[in-house]
Amino acid sequence: MARIIVVTSGKGGVGKTTTSAAIAMGLAKRGHKTAVIDFDVGLRNLDLIMGCERRVVYDLVNVINNEATLNQALIKDKRCEQLFILPASQTRDKDALTTEGVGKILEELSKDFAYIVCDSPAGIERGATMAMYFADDAFVVTNPEVSSVRDSDRMLGILSSKSRRAEKGEEAINEYLLLTRYSPERVRLGEMLSVDDVQDILSLKLLGVIPESKAVLNASNSGTPVILDEESDAGQAYSDIVARYLGEDKPHRFIEEKKGIFSKIFGSK
Amino acid sequence: MSLLDYFRSSKPNSASLAKERLQILVAHERTSRNQPSYLPALQREIMEVIRKYVNVDQDAITVHFDQEGNQETLELNIVLPEDR
Repeated sequence: MARIIVVTSGKGGVGKTTTSAAIAMGLAKRGHKTAVIDFDVGLRNLDLIMGCERRVVYDLVNVINNEATLNQALIKDKRCEQLFILPASQTRDKDALTTEGVGKILEELSKDFAYIVCDSPAGIERGATMAMYFADDAFVVTNPEVSSVRDSDRMLGILSSKSRRAEKGEEAINEYLLLTRYSPERVRLGEMLSVDDVQDILSLKLLGVIPESKAVLNASNSGTPVILDEESDAGQAYSDIVARYLGEDKPHRFIEEKKGIFSKIFGSK
Repeated sequence: MSLLDYFRSSKPNSASLAKERLQILVAHERTSRNQPSYLPALQREIMEVIRKYVNVDQDAITVHFDQEGNQETLELNIVLPEDR
């Protein structure tokens, strides 16, 4: 049985697709057969972030409508053979996503895959609710910013009332916080909500903090999941997140400011 | 307090302001989230009925919904006018 992860946030532009691509690649690189599905029907972008946009033939809606088989629609990643991408449709309406259709696809994937990562669109409409409905684990991607935190809280409410686990009265979805675009320096200056501030409000299990990083744009420019940029802070932060999710004990590396050469020499704070 | 601290503290700390605003907002939104969807309509109709018989202000009536475990309580509080 595969573990189904939804990457969600409510608010747009906080890093859901970047996160989906990174953790899917991270899980696959550790040898777990992983599928990553784009639920943003009408505005697909995961294919671009994964760098497989020119290899898309069939999509999620084609499979739901029996116009293609799952194997025809799945794109095998060229960098990691354990990773497969199921793109969203660019032309269809999001009403094409049915609970039955999505359920069937996830069930079929579950037989063969260890992890299924569902990249949710922004908002609380059909694509977003479908992406989270079958989830076992939820990665709530949040920026340290008021509207993002509020929307994340709203998504938590939906996760705990409208998911399959909630409706069937099963064990609740595991909810994890991923705080992205974090700037320790601005936190120190009192210009940005700190991890603790966000945790005081959302109180989730903190899976990791992704620092604001140039590497993220560089990665999306080239269609490479940022986790493959092993030198970069964001890439390392995502690697840590994958490790923590798999149960490893990793200290958080990106919450504190990096010490400059002067503070290293003089030992000041 | 040093001179430097003086300048620092004169700058409003926007992060703590953000946290304060969020805490209030999120707490409010969480309580209304758990309410049944018929509650606003129920509240309105109860008010109409009461005001048929007693002349009370809109804000003299408060309706409060609470949920604790499996027990849900609907609390209706009406302040009647003193002189009739």
